Amino acid sequence: MIKTLNTFEKAPVLMRDAYVGAMLKAAEANEGVVALDADLSSAFGMSPFFKAYPERAIQCGIAEANMVGIAAGLSAVGKIPFAHSFGCFTSRRACDQIMISCAYAKLNVRLIGSDPGVTAAHNGGTHMPFEDMGVLRSVPGITLMDVTDPVMLTQLVAQLAGDELYGVYYLRFPRKSVTGVYQEGSTFEIGKGITLRDGRDVTIIASGIMVPEALIAAAELEKEGTAARVVDMFTWKPIDAGLIADCARETGAIVTAENHNITGGLFAAVAEVTARALPVPIEPVGIEDSFGQVGSEDYLKRAYSLTAEKIAAAARTAIAKKAKQ
Amino acid sequence: MDDKELKLFAGEIRIATLECLAAFGSGHVGGAMSIVEALAALYGSELRHNPKEPDMPERDRLVLSKGHAGPALYAALSLRGFFPREWLSTLNEGGTRLPSHVDRTKTPGVDMTCGSLGQGMSAAVGMALGARLNGWDSFTYLILGDGECDEGQVWEGAMFAAHNRLSRLIALVDRNKRQLDGTTDEVLGLGSLADKFASFGWRAVDVPGNDAVAVRAAVREARRFAGEGDEKDARPVAIILDTIKGYGCTFAEGVAGNHSMTCSRADTDAAIAVIRRELAAL
Repeated sequence: MIKTLNTFEKAPVLMRDAYVGAMLKAAEANEGVVALDADLSSAFGMSPFFKAYPERAIQCGIAEANMVGIAAGLSAVGKIPFAHSFGCFTSRRACDQIMISCAYAKLNVRLIGSDPGVTAAHNGGTHMPFEDMGVLRSVPGITLMDVTDPVMLTQLVAQLAGDELYGVYYLRFPRKSVTGVYQEGSTFEIGKGITLRDGRDVTIIASGIMVPEALIAAAELEKEGTAARVVDMFTWKPIDAGLIADCARETGAIVTAENHNITGGLFAAVAEVTARALPVPIEPVGIEDSFGQVGSEDYLKRAYSLTAEKIAAAARTAIAKKAKQ
Repeated sequence: MDDKELKLFAGEIRIATLECLAAFGSGHVGGAMSIVEALAALYGSELRHNPKEPDMPERDRLVLSKGHAGPALYAALSLRGFFPREWLSTLNEGGTRLPSHVDRTKTPGVDMTCGSLGQGMSAAVGMALGARLNGWDSFTYLILGDGECDEGQVWEGAMFAAHNRLSRLIALVDRNKRQLDGTTDEVLGLGSLADKFASFGWRAVDVPGNDAVAVRAAVREARRFAGEGDEKDARPVAIILDTIKGYGCTFAEGVAGNHSMTCSRADTDAAIAVIRRELAAL
């Protein structure tokens, strides 16, 4: 069940506070849950967990590759490890360990990459993963999620801490505040996109911090008489191919909106589906093969055109292309 | 298992390893031969394991981080009854249970998938830590190559293991002094691995690594350390095995380029005949 807020206000809890709250509950519910960090636990708000469960909070130091390998080893003896670093380090620094020690070895590991894309803000280009999902999307069998808000995050952590899910899961989300999209009590199914708004003229497929932008864009488009469907595609892999095919067939034009490089990202994932199912015009909104830089999140969203205005413009372009076909 | 039986077991592992490699016609002969005595010591008597229940939770685990030495491990596992000896002739065939590099999802008794060097260290560290969290008294054994110690991940894991006092982690480092491109001195000098591990906070000892009796004694000593003494003095143990790459195999021992080489039927038969004569003389 999904209920949206439609207030476009900042969520009352920071993402990291939602995460640690969910992890404390998860640790209480399941003795197997352990948390690993690479000298970013306090920056990630995990200090309460480290205090509450000192033996199950594993400080690895600034050694992400080793951390991910240890997580694999822990899972081999039945633990459910959640290993965190900034998204750039979790994905790039430990890429081969994720590939071989976790995925190829068919172990059971949860990986967290915080501060994706422009949300790395003043940490700048060295810390700004526009490529984490793209790097990991080619790891067979991995599940990748771009988390939208604290309500979704809390719910996903609870699912991932259970014994029912097995595999390698990567979640990216900002540490700080995001716009609230979902009402408490909403439930989320991994691998299923969520249609937040219906429309027949174009579909905007977005995730993470781009979901509220997509909803604002759809409201703008409505004023012009354009009915835009909005989908929160929080799971990038396995991508909800059925839903994308339905959107292609029913709306005939798609816009993707991602806080990520469009090369290897959500645009690519959606285009891979439509190329086989039903080719339709797709306009990407996202990072156009660039590196990051320092700046406030708002500045960077404007600098990289990650805005509702850009999404609305892309929708008009996609609809015009559809008309020509 | 007395000393003679242990030596005989090592000889049988060496022969079965060569049979396995010869069935495919080539492979990592040098680094498989050099760890035969270590595997004999572990699988002869020291590992807590059950071939009928390879996934027994509280077993001792072995992470063969130098995963390319898989055929030697397959030989030991088949001799212990983890799977039929006939499997050895399927090395690297399409669909085989015995790939060149060890894979926990394919082979009964293989505890970790290894092949991308350095990664077995972290996996073994995680297993040792997890076993302790689970309240198990089991040991985690790790076999590293010396060339593998070029990888920074080995030392990240070494630092972590000492910091966390993982005294039930025992690493055996195959110091055969050769890697693919030449000697370890030529490629990237390692210095004293015992000194390096000791400076990382491990208990480290040099052992004649192609002497199964000596390796077994060192493993027993390492295990004894874990069970006694002040907790503050608890630390992982590194047994540096002074070995010869290709040891005990006439066509590989001391041969440059023995990291990965052809393993012809005729050469293999001749090598096995020599081993059989030596075993008969024990």
